[in-house]
Amino acid sequence: MAFLENQNEEPGFISKRVHRRMFMKYAGAAAATSAFLVAGCKDDEEVDKGMPDAEVDLGSGDTGVLNYAYALEQLEAAFYTAVVAEASFTSIFNDEEQTVMRDLMAHEITHREFFKAALGTNAIPGLEVDFSSINFADKASVLGAAKTFEDLGVAAYNGAGKLLTDGNLLLAAGKIVSVEARHAAAIRDLIDPKSASFSGDDVVDANGFDKAMVPADVLSAAATYVKTKINASNLPTS
Amino acid sequence: MNLLKLMQSLDLSKIDQEEFLKPALRRQLFKKAGDFSLKAALTSAPIATMAFPKIVKAQSSIVVETLNFALTLEYLEDEFYKMGLAASNLIPVEDRTIFMQIGKHETAHVNFLKTALGESAVAMPTFDFTAGGAFADAFSNYATFLALSQSFEDTGVRAYKGQAGNLLNDNDTLTAALQIHSVEARHASEVRRLRGKASNMAIKGWITNDESNGAPAAIYEGEDNTTHAGADISTLSTLSDISMAGKTESFDEPLTKEQVLAIVDPFIA
Repeated sequence: MAFLENQNEEPGFISKRVHRRMFMKYAGAAAATSAFLVAGCKDDEEVDKGMPDAEVDLGSGDTGVLNYAYALEQLEAAFYTAVVAEASFTSIFNDEEQTVMRDLMAHEITHREFFKAALGTNAIPGLEVDFSSINFADKASVLGAAKTFEDLGVAAYNGAGKLLTDGNLLLAAGKIVSVEARHAAAIRDLIDPKSASFSGDDVVDANGFDKAMVPADVLSAAATYVKTKINASNLPTS
Repeated sequence: MNLLKLMQSLDLSKIDQEEFLKPALRRQLFKKAGDFSLKAALTSAPIATMAFPKIVKAQSSIVVETLNFALTLEYLEDEFYKMGLAASNLIPVEDRTIFMQIGKHETAHVNFLKTALGESAVAMPTFDFTAGGAFADAFSNYATFLALSQSFEDTGVRAYKGQAGNLLNDNDTLTAALQIHSVEARHASEVRRLRGKASNMAIKGWITNDESNGAPAAIYEGEDNTTHAGADISTLSTLSDISMAGKTESFDEPLTKEQVLAIVDPFIA
C-alpha cells in the first residue's frame, strides 16, 4: 500500500494524512468500508502484509455503468478534496486557480453523491485512492493530474454512453460529461494559457472528435490512483 | 426564413436507408431493446421480419433528422468563426489561436456530418449574425463577438445533449455525437472564461444557475434545474455543504430541438 507506506518517513506525512482523512470524510463510504479504511490507518503494516484488498465488482447492465461512473467521480472528488486541503494550497495557486479548484471539488462531490443516491443499495463502497504519485504542494504536479483526470473522465463518459439502455440515465450522463469537458478545458488553459490546448490536437482528432474510451482502458489508466481492485468484467460491452 | 419549418419540410423520402443501416444497427436494436416494449413487439410479432423494416426506417429517419439538425448548428458555428477570423481588427492577436482551434473543429464537424448524411445533408442556410441588427457590431466589436461565441457554444452543448435520446439505438452515431458534444463543451468553457476576463464579468467555464451574463436568456433557460434522472440533488443531505450555484454548475441541461431552433432562428437570413 504505497499510499500508506509513505506516512512514516517524510514531511509529507501530515498533509497526506489530511488528504486521507478528507477523502474519507467526503467519500460517503459504506460503514463497513469506512471501518476497513480506519482499521487500515491504525495499523498499516498489518494491513499491508496480511489483508488483500477486497475486489469491488461494478456489476452489470445500467447499474454497472453507473457504478463505473461513480467510481470515477469518487476518484475525482477525492483528488480535488486533497488539492484544496493541502496546507500550501493558497500560496501555490493564485485566486483564479483557487476558485477553479474549489469549484471542481464541489462539482465532483456533487457528481459522486448524485450517483451514490441514484444507485442506492446497488452502489459500490467507497474506493481507496492512492495519490502518492502526486505532489500536492507542487502546482505543475496538481494541474497535470487534474488534466489527466478530466480528460479521462470525458473519454470515459463518451465511451460509456452507448452502454446505457435507459434514456434518462444517458441524459444524466450527458449532463455530467459536458461539465467534465468544461473542466478539462479550464485546467488545460491554466497550464498553457491562450493556446490551443483547451481543445488540443492531443485529445481532439481530425474529425473534431473528443476521445471515447472503453471501461477497461479507462480503469487501466486510472489504476495508478486507485488502491481498490475494480472488477469491470460484468459491464455491458455495447 | 423559419428554420423550424425548414427542418420539418425535409424530404425524408430521399433518405438513403443503406447509409444509415450500419452493420451493427440490427444487432443493437435487439440488444438495446431489452427494457422497452419494443422487444416484446419485435419478438411477439407473428412475422418479425415484416415488422422489422418499418422500425428500421423510423429509426433511420430520426437519425437523419437529428444529424441534419446538428449539421445546421455546425454550419452556423463554422460560418461564424470563418467570418470572425476574416474580420480585421476584431480578434486580438493573442486570442486568435483559440478561435482558429475552435473554427477548425467546427469545420471538421460540418465535414463529418455532411459525409455521414451524404445526399440527405441539408444545404447551408444564409446566416445573418447581426440577427436583423440586434448584434450589428458582431464582427467589429470583440465583446459582441465573444457574447455570440459563448451563445453558440453553450447552445451547441445543450442541443447535442437534447438529441442523445434519439440516438439511443444507434451506438456508433451516439458515440460520434457525444464526441462532438464534449468538444463543444471545451469550446464553451474556453470562450466563457475568455469573455469573463475581457469583460470583467464573473463568467466561469461552467454555467451558474441560469445566469446568461448578457447573452440571450433563452439559451440558459432551465440551467438551474436540480433534478436529474428523477433524483433531486438540491435536497441531498450529503450535499449540504455545496452551494446551489455549485449544484447547478455540476450539471448541464438539454434543450429541445424546438428551443434550439427558436434561439438560432434570428440568425438565419
